[in-house]
Parts: sequence; C-alpha cells; structure tokens
Amino acid sequence: MQQRSQPAHGAGSASSTVSVNLTVNGTRHSLSLDPRTSLLDLLREHLDLTGSKKGCDHGQCGACTVLLDGRRVVSCLTLAVMQDGASVTTVEGLAKDGHLHPLQQAFIDHDAFQCGYCTPGQICSGVALIAEGHAKTADEIRELMSGNICRCGAYTNIVAAIQQAMGQS
Amino acid sequence: MINFQYVRASSIADAVSLLADSPTAKFVAGGTNLIDLMKMDVEQPSKLIDISRLELDKVEDAAEGGLRIGALVRNSDLAYHPAVEARYPVLSSAIRAGASQQLRNMASTGGNLLQRTRCAYFYDTALPCNKRTPGSGCGARQGHNRMHAILGTSDACIATHPSDMCVALLLLEAKVHVTGPNGARTIPLDEFHRLPGDMPQRDTNLDPGEIIIAVEVPRAGFASNYTYLKIRDRLSYAFALISVAAGLELADGRIKTARLALGGVAHKPWRDPRAEAALTGQAAEETAFRQAADILLRDARGFGDNDFKIELARRAIVRALTQAARGTPQSQSNKKIA
Repeated sequence: MQQRSQPAHGAGSASSTVSVNLTVNGTRHSLSLDPRTSLLDLLREHLDLTGSKKGCDHGQCGACTVLLDGRRVVSCLTLAVMQDGASVTTVEGLAKDGHLHPLQQAFIDHDAFQCGYCTPGQICSGVALIAEGHAKTADEIRELMSGNICRCGAYTNIVAAIQQAMGQS
Repeated sequence: MINFQYVRASSIADAVSLLADSPTAKFVAGGTNLIDLMKMDVEQPSKLIDISRLELDKVEDAAEGGLRIGALVRNSDLAYHPAVEARYPVLSSAIRAGASQQLRNMASTGGNLLQRTRCAYFYDTALPCNKRTPGSGCGARQGHNRMHAILGTSDACIATHPSDMCVALLLLEAKVHVTGPNGARTIPLDEFHRLPGDMPQRDTNLDPGEIIIAVEVPRAGFASNYTYLKIRDRLSYAFALISVAAGLELADGRIKTARLALGGVAHKPWRDPRAEAALTGQAAEETAFRQAADILLRDARGFGDNDFKIELARRAIVRALTQAARGTPQSQSNKKIA
C-alpha cells in the first residue's frame, strides 16, 4: 500500500467540510470539500481539469478513468476525501515538455476516436494497460480495455493505437 | 446522496469500535459498490468509516498449504498474484471474468463478498423491493426477471449474488475470518451468504458490527483440471447470466473428486453436494456430466423471462466439466468457448 498521510479521525459533523490534500499532474492542492465530492467532481469542478469526463457517473462507462497512484481507476466511484495524500494523473498530465504521450500520438495516427468523449478515459486506461504488462495480443488488449465504452465504435482503431504505443515502450 | 460524516479507522479495533458507536454507519474500502448505491439513495449511511488504510492487504501462506488473503487485497492484485495464478488459477480466472480492470484495481476482497445484488428493482427506489425496503414486495417476480435466480428463491426475493470471485472461492471451500464486538470467528464461505427466505434484506450471516479480516483458501486448488465459464450478454464487462466454476481431481480417466459452483443462479454462490457426489468415481465423460447437471438443477424454476437460464445452466455445467476434464480452461481473453 502506498505511504500516505497518517490515519486521522476528524471530519467533524455531517454538515462540515473535510480537508483534502492531493497531488494532481505534479501539482499539490489543498482543498476543503463536502465529503460527498467524488474524485471526478474534484478534478472537474474544483480544479477545472475537465479532460476526465462524466459519462454515466456509476462506474459503467470508463470516461472518468484516471491514474491514482499509478493505477487506473474510475474517478466517479471514489470519494476525494478517501484519496487524501494520493497522486493523480489525468489526461491533462500525460504530455511532457510539449510532447504528446506516445499513446496520445498513436490515437491521432490511427484516428482512434470519433466524437472524442470517451477518449481521455481510453487514453488513461491504455497508458495503465501498457504499464501493467498483462496484455500482449489484440484479444488481451480488448479484454483489458473493456471498462472503457466507445459508443461511436472506434474500438478497432483504439486497439491499433494501443498496439503502436506498446511497441514503442 | 445524503450527507454523512467521514472518519478514518486507525486500526481494526478502532474500526469495530467506531461501528459499535454508530450502528447506522458503514465501512468503506474500495467503494465501487457502496458509493454507487449511495448515489442512488439505496444506501444512506450516517457515517462512512474508511478502512482502506488498514494493513489487511497481504497475501500470505497459511497453515497446511493454504493461502490467506487480506480483506483489503485489491481484486486485480489477487488475480495476478503469482501464488494465486500458480496454485488457484480458477480464482484468478473468475476474478478476471468480473467487472473491468479499473474496478478490479479499486474493489477489495472483503467488499467483493459484501457487494449487493444488481437487481434493477433493488436499485430503483421508486419500485418495490423486499431487500431494500422489507415488506414492500418483490417487483421482479412478475416483472423483468431475465437476470434473476432459478434456485433457492423465495416469495420475497429472486435476486442473485453478482460476484464471480465468490463462485471460485466457494469451489475452493474458502473460509472467511471476521472479528467484531464479540470476538473473532471463522465462517465457511458456503455459510457466509444466505438464501433470501423471508429476510432478503440480509445478504450474509455476518453479524451487525463485524468486519471481514481475511479470506483463507485451503491447499486443494484444482490447478490441473479447472475452468471458470461465464455466460453473459456481452463478451466482457457484464454480469453473469450463468457462470460455472468446475474443479476435478482425476485418476485414470475417472473422477476422484469433483467440485462444481455456479454464479448467477441464486441469492448466494451455489454448490450442490449431491451433484458432486454423483460425479465421484465416474468416468470423466459427458454422460456423467449431464447427470450431475440434472441433479444440480432438479429444483430449478424460472419466473418467465429467465426460464431459459435453466437449460443454459445445464449446458454450461456440461461444457465446464468437459473443459475441466480436458485440462482446457476457458480463456478470459479469447472468448471462444473451448
């Protein structure tokens, strides 16, 4: 388990706010939040990082996928306060020094999106899939990307983009 | 979502004490089911006790060749744990068949056991559901029940337990270690989940105030002859219509030991000692597999939309036992049924 801040009681009464410290895309933030705030709402509404999308808000579509301490999660189904001390990477944090992440470039090269709404989640999920190292074949990529729904049906090109980025890593 | 107080437990004893102080509180670990149910106002805890930082995240060798899995081990970590892949591949396979990698990265072992049914009537607070609101009736019995149970149902409830992991744990005869205000105890997995009877609001035999510490599987892993076959409406990321975990010990083409557990058919993962006994000593062939399926499904009944699940279960059992006997377990990435 990641080393985080010491366990502490202290959210006060049901009407009070809770303090949350998070590092997002390398920048540390200290916030005071309603305990009901999901990690997704923290990113979108409090930090103005609107790359992560709210599709279903029930963990069924994957559009809100981010990297939490390096692991892909659906940010709609965790509370921000539960992630106090964690490090989050969103799609906005993938490009480095003005260069797209290889998977972002691969999505362009393979035209791996149509409307684009699912794309930030697809890319974050794909970056984690490559890091996990469990997928080798197209079948395995499809299976391990099944948490990201694309209603336009760009799946063929998404798999091709991931295969390209995988070959570069 | 109604508001709630948030506290973080500093130890197991602290968690138990916090819950004892607030009976309307709930533990939260991965949150993948509870947070969703809170958004739907199906669950309305006054307080969330965050146990996710407790040190219950180890997978360790247990006595007599078994494996002890901490309650906070994430589903993905468990599925890819080298000891699980090598010694209990049916467990690894079942976990990979459930949810998505994102959810498996979040969901805990204990939380997987405690997840609630995905019955649509349970989720919709405008509709009757004896599990959510005891005494309000069951909307599913005469409603849309395509996904619902065919075994062990009651007048009050025909919901299914949605877990894949628990089906494999049942096959492996796992035990659940819990503790609470009255001390520690161990519950066999088969007795952990309940049939609905006239109290469908109770999913498990966990007492109020108790917390899951670990799940332990004994030595026998059926690593040579096993499968986890999951039949669903799409090839991935969907709940089971029927799932079958099968494990065999073979000697000279005959069945020495048979284990068979089903998901998607009942309020709990389903195992039938009579069906397994009928396989013992038989040649590992289709005739015996069909007999076992007939025995397991002897009391199965449908409710209209889900009538097809009885025949589907019969065929899935035969196919799963065939896969196990041949040593060709179902792949969870190439979905062609072997």
